[in-house]
Amino acid sequence: MNSQTGELAGPPHVHHMDARTAYGAAKLGMWLFLGTEVLLFGGLFAAFAVYRWKYLGEFTHASKHLDWRLGGLNTAVLLVSSFFAAVAVDAAQHNDNKKVVRNLAITIGCGLLFLVIKYIEYSGKYHHGLFPGTAEWNSPEFNESYKCFFGLYFAMTGLHALHVIVGMIVLGWVLSLARKNRFSRKYYTPVEVGALYWHLVDIIWIYLFPLLYLVA
Amino acid sequence: MAESATGEKLNYLNHERGLWSWLTTIDHKRIGLMYLFAMTIFFFVAGILALCMRLELFHPGPDIMTAETYNVFFTLHGTIMIFLFIVPGIPATMGNFLIPLMIGAKDVAFPRLNLLSYYLYLIGAVLALVALVKPVGPEFFSNFLTWLGLTGPVDTGWTFYAPYSLESGTAVVWMTFAAFILGFSSILTGLNFIVTIHKLRAPGMTWFRLPVFIWASYATAIIQTLATPVVGISLLLIILERVMGIGIFNPKLGGDPVLFEHFFWFYSHPVVYIMVLPAFGIVGEIIPVFSRKPLFGYKMVCYASLAIAFVGFFIWAHHMFVAGISDKSAIYFSIATFGVAIPTAIKVFNWVSTMYKGSIRLETPMLYAMSFVFIFLIAGTTGVYLATLATDVFYHDTYFVVAHFHYTIQGGAVIGLIAALHFWYPKITGKMYNDKVARSAWFLVFVGFNLTFLPQFVLGMQGMPRRYFDYLPMFEPMHQLSTIGAFINGAGYSLALLNLFYCAFFGKERAPSNPFESHSLEWQTQSPPIHENFEETPVVTDWPYSYGVPVEGGGHH
Repeated sequence: MNSQTGELAGPPHVHHMDARTAYGAAKLGMWLFLGTEVLLFGGLFAAFAVYRWKYLGEFTHASKHLDWRLGGLNTAVLLVSSFFAAVAVDAAQHNDNKKVVRNLAITIGCGLLFLVIKYIEYSGKYHHGLFPGTAEWNSPEFNESYKCFFGLYFAMTGLHALHVIVGMIVLGWVLSLARKNRFSRKYYTPVEVGALYWHLVDIIWIYLFPLLYLVA
Repeated sequence: MAESATGEKLNYLNHERGLWSWLTTIDHKRIGLMYLFAMTIFFFVAGILALCMRLELFHPGPDIMTAETYNVFFTLHGTIMIFLFIVPGIPATMGNFLIPLMIGAKDVAFPRLNLLSYYLYLIGAVLALVALVKPVGPEFFSNFLTWLGLTGPVDTGWTFYAPYSLESGTAVVWMTFAAFILGFSSILTGLNFIVTIHKLRAPGMTWFRLPVFIWASYATAIIQTLATPVVGISLLLIILERVMGIGIFNPKLGGDPVLFEHFFWFYSHPVVYIMVLPAFGIVGEIIPVFSRKPLFGYKMVCYASLAIAFVGFFIWAHHMFVAGISDKSAIYFSIATFGVAIPTAIKVFNWVSTMYKGSIRLETPMLYAMSFVFIFLIAGTTGVYLATLATDVFYHDTYFVVAHFHYTIQGGAVIGLIAALHFWYPKITGKMYNDKVARSAWFLVFVGFNLTFLPQFVLGMQGMPRRYFDYLPMFEPMHQLSTIGAFINGAGYSLALLNLFYCAFFGKERAPSNPFESHSLEWQTQSPPIHENFEETPVVTDWPYSYGVPVEGGGHH
């Protein structure tokens, strides 16, 4: 990190503060935003805790309907993607824009793979009638505590999938900047804050996976 | 000094012209003013709804509207006032305008994000307006509107309590989505302010040289960023439940409606501090200036803001004492709620001690600030009745709560905002307001406000339930007093704001750069400030409250 040397250069549009302040501001801003994301998901985690306590046996049983192999595969996919995001930051700090492009492309590709696997899981649930609105779901035999589990499952993983999509868009924007050779060891703020966001998306899944899939 | 084409001194208002330059501005001062214009409109819309309700309540029985219309009116009054006016409130208007000026910065940390917050606010407002649409017209069209979920104005109250919000046939999805978007706007504003205050203070502007308004805004911004996501997820879950048919809060589908109340108040209790903390900051700025005395107990005032924000996160369930929560947690939440009285009282004592033996000038901003202290004292002490378990069971669903709430929020946040608009008016517009009109308006506001809501405390104690469209004849006299007060109050606000708008556009009297002889940084630049606030970055050597010594650049007082 070369912030000690005071050589950081800002993007052209930041005129009202020096480059080092702009870098610090962007990082602080992203960390705060990640804090708000944690609280957003925190509500869902709190709801999960409440209902797991309320319907302990049913949640354990319902969880067995989730395929831990597909969930585990997705965990691996996201962990790998985070690795490549980190490599992209390192590449930007070493003036290597081509390497940034390459690694972000792999990261985004992993995000896409994650969504494909998620789609396979969702459609499986749909075929088994574990999806809201299907005939089985609406039948009186389908216990309300199971509905609660799957309601939470779709709310939590759905919101997470939305974050994966947003993260892919953010990294796609950073990638387009890297293709224009915007980054150097003096200015790599977007790569770093973009990667920070991606790591958060990753880490939320790290918590979702054992809670939903392995709880049985 | 740079001059515009017409020979005026260049400032943030005239350095660029035309509507487009306003709509695309990233200048924090202009964004603050754009919020102010939009919010003023919503304030009057929601105020007129309130006056209609007061008119309906003048006599028992239906007079000018049906019970259903009344439900819609109080939902809209609450939703518009809360989400479109008082939550963005002081931070979006005065915070935007003042924070960079007070800390000696050229702008907020993320100016483009600031503009995004504004447009998110407008999008939220538009969605809230769309939610008012009723399915009318030819059959295919009304079917289309129904398919979109536009099934008429929301009647759930601004709290969207489950399970009714899950069952109501009205456009709950649209309204909650609007509130969600508005929450996003609020989060981004808070985030922007935190980073600004951390990173962009002028050289020498240490934490304990910051004006108390900055401390209050900082505490507010923490609540905005940390509490708002939780209401965001609760509203999102309401939407998911209605659209997808899952049941997190719906007891029919295995959910628990009390969980919604927990989530909702986890945000919506701290949110009252989003509304009122910045007003504390404003009063803390105004009182020393017009008492010509240093702010008493400055550090304690700063810490008290943080303490209120912190404690505010741990007392939410005092809104739920009658909702069936366990006795043990009710006792905890009651005791913790008393705790918030300590930092609040510290502030009140410090304001009064600042005035003690001061050289008090009763200018209009000071009149509002003193009314604030008076009203907030009543608001705080009546809050104790509601924090006490035994009395709350009786008062909870009565007008006592309505009166207490309006004493804190209208008497606190709204009067704080009006005080700020008068105090910083010369800085914002470069003009002076008409003082006689401003004082008359203050008198109407103060008398009208108390006449509206003091009788409501009595009504509450007599057992008048809140949210009711009709009442027993025994409540009529107090309701009539309240209605008369409401119209005086409304006349006062209209007069005050008309005065401010008229003088801004047609006023002749130019304001000096520092008419009230304040020591704070924003008064040390010209009025109105230049586009980038200061000719050169100021260097700060002292805290802003060394009153009692002559000040450079003093005005006409």
